[in-house]
Amino acid sequence: MAYDYEKHIRPGKLPHIWCPGCGHGIVMKGMIRAFDACGLEKNNTAIVSGIGCASRMNGYMDYNTLHTAHGRAAAFATGIKMAKPEMDVIVVGGDGDGTAIGGNHFIHACRRNIDMTYIILNNSIYGMTGGQFSPCTPTGAKASTTVYGNPDPTFDIAKLAIGAGATFVARGTAFHATQIDKLIAEGIKHKGMAIIEILDDCPTTYGRRNKFRSVVDMMKRLKEIAVPVAAAAKMTPEQLEGKVLTGVLHKEERPEYTEQYAQVINRAKGA
Amino acid sequence: MSGAKAEVEIIERNCKGCSICVEFCPTKVLAMDAFVAKVENADACIACMQCELRCPDFAIKVHKL
Repeated sequence: MAYDYEKHIRPGKLPHIWCPGCGHGIVMKGMIRAFDACGLEKNNTAIVSGIGCASRMNGYMDYNTLHTAHGRAAAFATGIKMAKPEMDVIVVGGDGDGTAIGGNHFIHACRRNIDMTYIILNNSIYGMTGGQFSPCTPTGAKASTTVYGNPDPTFDIAKLAIGAGATFVARGTAFHATQIDKLIAEGIKHKGMAIIEILDDCPTTYGRRNKFRSVVDMMKRLKEIAVPVAAAAKMTPEQLEGKVLTGVLHKEERPEYTEQYAQVINRAKGA
Repeated sequence: MSGAKAEVEIIERNCKGCSICVEFCPTKVLAMDAFVAKVENADACIACMQCELRCPDFAIKVHKL
């Protein structure tokens, strides 16, 4: 039996709008397998997204979905979780949506350690709006707004999330498909803010401008740069030059926000 | 009886011809037929599932035999 992805997808929605070779579909499949592994119920799960290619994902998922303003997914998701703490809240979005336009919401959702899972698909570019550079566009890379090369340093989403206070931070790639569902499932089971960054490819607006001859070249690059954290511990800084760590990068236990807030409500009632 | 461990089904309506499945199939079961993937060497399939896992377009189903 082949895996039944269709039971999680709204009828008649395939084929999806993503470009040929875009890894977002691979990540969506991983997310579906993770939902199955965690036994999430459709009626008790909310998927929240902002604007962008990655944020289109919740148009396909047959769950409670909320497509919000650009960058504001974490804020809307916080609202849902506060109103209905028993719900499983999943946020999906891209690197531009999450760390530039929604950077503020992103760091404060991390700081509060509210129990949700934020899947951030990092394709290094604003794909949907025409290939403008994002905070995750590599230094020197070309985008529609940096035609002579991007002078900016790059955000490390995982370090940003750890610094802001997220209690579970993991990173995978669209190439390593079997790892995606494991990381997302672990994030869903974690009590607190889980950030799962998936490195992705954008052949249309990033690959074309940056000398990737094909989708396959972009996938091979993801394969080459990814180093599991356990393997990285045995490598020298020179060997790690240009590599990206994958796997669970950070995990800690800290009081969860909705539980803390419930105590505030109880104290107020008792006063 | 062929040596295939699984039967690969291509849903042509969903396939956008990115060729990820063709490239990363370890036993070269798949090939490109103009703009869609096709099964060229069905007997070689070892049921590793790599094509189904990596297909971004929900266009491949691998049925284990």
